[in-house]
Amino acid sequence: MSGHTAPNLHGHKQDASLDCGCGHVHACPPDRSALVSARGLSLNRSGRDLLIAVDLDVRPGEIVTLIGPNGAGKSTLVKLILGIERPDSGTILKPATTRIGYVPQRFEVDAAIPMTVGGFLALGHRVSSAQVLGALTEVGAGRLIDQQLSRLSGGETQRVLIARALLRNPNLLVLDEPASGVDYTGEADLYQLIGDLRDKRNLGVLLVSHDLHIVMARSDRVLCLNGHVCCSGKPDAVAQHAEYARLFGPDGGRMLAPYRHHHDHTHEISGSLRPTPSPSPRGGA
Amino acid sequence: MIDWPEPFVLRALAAGIGLAIIAAPLGCVIVWRRMAYVGETLAQASLLGVALGLALQINLTLAVVLAAVAAALILIGFGRQKLLALDSVLGLMHHATLALGIVSIALLKGPSVDLLGFLFGDVFAVTQVDLYWIFGGGALVLGLTLWLWRPLVRLSLHGDLATAEGVDPVMPRALFDILLAVTIAVAMKIVGILLVMAFLVVPAVAARPLASTPERMAIYAAIVAVLGVIAGIVLSLNYDTPGGPSIVLCMSALAAISLLAAGRFTR
Repeated sequence: MSGHTAPNLHGHKQDASLDCGCGHVHACPPDRSALVSARGLSLNRSGRDLLIAVDLDVRPGEIVTLIGPNGAGKSTLVKLILGIERPDSGTILKPATTRIGYVPQRFEVDAAIPMTVGGFLALGHRVSSAQVLGALTEVGAGRLIDQQLSRLSGGETQRVLIARALLRNPNLLVLDEPASGVDYTGEADLYQLIGDLRDKRNLGVLLVSHDLHIVMARSDRVLCLNGHVCCSGKPDAVAQHAEYARLFGPDGGRMLAPYRHHHDHTHEISGSLRPTPSPSPRGGA
Repeated sequence: MIDWPEPFVLRALAAGIGLAIIAAPLGCVIVWRRMAYVGETLAQASLLGVALGLALQINLTLAVVLAAVAAALILIGFGRQKLLALDSVLGLMHHATLALGIVSIALLKGPSVDLLGFLFGDVFAVTQVDLYWIFGGGALVLGLTLWLWRPLVRLSLHGDLATAEGVDPVMPRALFDILLAVTIAVAMKIVGILLVMAFLVVPAVAARPLASTPERMAIYAAIVAVLGVIAGIVLSLNYDTPGGPSIVLCMSALAAISLLAAGRFTR
């Protein structure tokens, strides 16, 4: 488990205990201390309910993970939070002090666009080259500064995107499936980096994943989404929840592997140790 | 040899070089956004503008610009709906506008109108008035393109990221489509409806392997385009080949050299 203890700011009932959210009772008002506080978000597109009465809070220093099957509305919810799309109903409270750094899903740069990593980080920002290098170094990607964006591996791309987000000096980092296109070891390193950034900068983090292992253990709160919020709470509590088991199968709880801190071994999905170096069990980037 | 002082040659060079520079950054954005098909449709809508100009007896260049801009506005409208993919809409409009344009011109003026001139252009028929259009309108298009450049690059890289960071996702794209329509309508005079997209896209393709930043790609595309125009006009004068196709052929040769050289050095 993570050594980080989140401040227990959860003022409302549904956070203190598990919320079987199908009743859609949303009595609690938006949390004004949160970086973003959404209440009752609903969105219907072409007659299909993508989101139904979703509540979401992210507070400073807190990692909130959205999990759920494909098509559960995770990316849609992120787009509402970012203001890319508008909900049919519901409110999103974002204090003026909230600055969001966004790391999008599947950032595949067309090779037709020539763009160096350094040029990309400076694009649209008033930053010095020292600040660009500083942000890249902070995510462990300083050597990539002169590389072409379209030639990066999946893991490198994610680090560059996080560096771009950091240049905007955010207090809320929103990452949509940051581990897609990243191999297993790289994925663990990436979550380590996100956790470290949270600790160092006291960032609120909203993380989307359909992947359950590794990511949930470091989260302060997990929201299991399937159109509506099926259940939410501490990772271990969600993992034992009936709705969670229904969505992810009876083995879902076993996916809650311990977080990996060291580089001299890797964990199997089951949690057993395997020494490195070893070929990645999943395809490389 | 070439008789350089001939005014029609100088006008052809001025028009070709002016358009080459204006078109280069637009061509880059077309390549990045994969919208060559949109450009083709705008070009063929321009032929309807010719018919409109003949019917209303107004300035043909103005009529062509109006028709292309109208087509761009229709496409922008279609782009906002999600029912039909833009590709399907273009597949219909693309050929329907070409057919409608040719039939309308035939009905209006009989076979005496130089249809081939519109389809392939005539760089040596450029008039003084055309040059005013190219340099006046061109300066406006170039200025607006520079103003839109950064938002367009950011939207081309990743629409959602740019939008989340506060870039307006609608205005730069819509204005770009209109700028493209104006450029196509004016360039049509030189290279014709069938080859105008090559005039825009081929220099950008040639520039890609040489460039490491978006700005350099646009500058190299302009250089390739200017070289292509000069070489094409020389070719045309010496061997009595049609002007527009000669220019596009020279640009394509430069693109082939650039791509082959890039393949050799990167492997």
